[in-house]
Amino acid sequence: MILGQMNEDRLIKDSMRPKVRLVARLDVKNNYLVKGIHLEGLRKMGDPNIYATDYYNQGIDEILYMDIVASLYNRNSLGDIIKRATEDVFVPIAVGGGLRGIEDVRGTLRLGADKVTINTAAIKNERIISEVAETFGSQCMVLSVEAKRRPDAMGWEAYYDNGREHSGKDAIEWVRRGVELGAGEILLTSVDQEGTEHGMDFELISKVCAAVNVPVIVSGGCGGAPDIAAAALSGASAVAVASVLHYKKADARSLKEQTLAKGVNMRL
Amino acid sequence: MIVTIINYGLSNLLSMSRAVRNLGHEPVVTSAPKDVDKAEILILPGVGAFKDGMDGLSHLELVEPIIKKARSGCPLLAICLGMQMLFDESDEFGVTKGLGLIPGRVERIPDLNVRDERQRVPHVSWNGLYPPDIGFVDDPRSEGTEDNFGSTLLLGAQPGDEVYFIHSFEGKPVDNRHIAAVTYYGGRRICAIVSNDSVFGTQFHPEKSGAVGLNILKNFLSLHKSPS
Repeated sequence: MILGQMNEDRLIKDSMRPKVRLVARLDVKNNYLVKGIHLEGLRKMGDPNIYATDYYNQGIDEILYMDIVASLYNRNSLGDIIKRATEDVFVPIAVGGGLRGIEDVRGTLRLGADKVTINTAAIKNERIISEVAETFGSQCMVLSVEAKRRPDAMGWEAYYDNGREHSGKDAIEWVRRGVELGAGEILLTSVDQEGTEHGMDFELISKVCAAVNVPVIVSGGCGGAPDIAAAALSGASAVAVASVLHYKKADARSLKEQTLAKGVNMRL
Repeated sequence: MIVTIINYGLSNLLSMSRAVRNLGHEPVVTSAPKDVDKAEILILPGVGAFKDGMDGLSHLELVEPIIKKARSGCPLLAICLGMQMLFDESDEFGVTKGLGLIPGRVERIPDLNVRDERQRVPHVSWNGLYPPDIGFVDDPRSEGTEDNFGSTLLLGAQPGDEVYFIHSFEGKPVDNRHIAAVTYYGGRRICAIVSNDSVFGTQFHPEKSGAVGLNILKNFLSLHKSPS
């Protein structure tokens, strides 16, 4: 490419639609990568680091580790996994599951995580959002929201403890409140769609993305490039993929190529 | 060779250490002014708020040693918040003084893009690096050249190569000659790399930017001169 031919007007225009990130979501239980449906019925897949390294080599933009039993047993078993991951994975790493306070967050960042996602602890005491944002910067504080449609179809409710417990909070209001308190990013998981590969909850995604001006990572139900493209159109800054990658239905690079072909700006 | 990484309590130091080690060098993480004094090559990482960063450096009595070292020609690479701290001052939570190694100031990324539409802040994205003089159509450089940017840090990089940004504030150098690369967000240019003699700053995270980022780090580490 001849530099002189590169048109700055095009770069300026492209920059109005920032690149959408593809995030590999690795749910971990007792040191194993697991995958369930609706966050339940877990299947054991293998060593999470082998998957993470594969995805890094395929060009994934970010890795998200979720210790999915930590909230139940009040511990975080991810330490060793994250520590090993940073040896050969040079993309951002987000970690969540069972983090209860500043010291848990500090420990997780020290192990090589770049940001933490917090759900249960924030629902129980929203002050943790401000504390983490003030201590480590809001870019570190990702509020994780597990949203489930209310049976009466009147919006969505925020769940916690990995989709098991309901908080009574309206998911959209809760996201708004989280950003007011200092959350620098939102991880939005649709419990209804999670693990199905049957498409994402685009209505939920649109509402949440319109409610706040921080980046939103959307998760739950992504079956491939058409879903990534639709999520991007609904306002998502990043799309988390699990089953599709874990079951090797597609690799990160081909997902990105197919999404790019649909007119969504992505890094190759 | 030993690479001195400055620890003032605000960073993911493990990732930086691992990246340095991946490139075949020995990272030493330190908070001691005397280690900075005798360093041969320095990395100043950082995430979080400007004031906390400067307070951390002041508290550890690192401000003067870093400035002195940088002015003496010791290669210094400052990353993200570290890069912002190279400037004279920042707007974040009131005006705070920086290290003053790059003339200019740090300002918040606007909430609106150039079309006055709301844009997301922080800017969290893999985004392309471009030479600052890209607007000039008569640029003679072309494909096949190693040096597309005119900066040591970007030898081997192609315009458009993507790196990972995560920031709410941006550095604005007074002198355009201190801008080594730019990126674009919301229709505006954002300064992505600053350089001033042996002082370099990247707004993005090279240690989190895959092969492109590791190459930038490698280029920086190649500036190391063995003590004579």
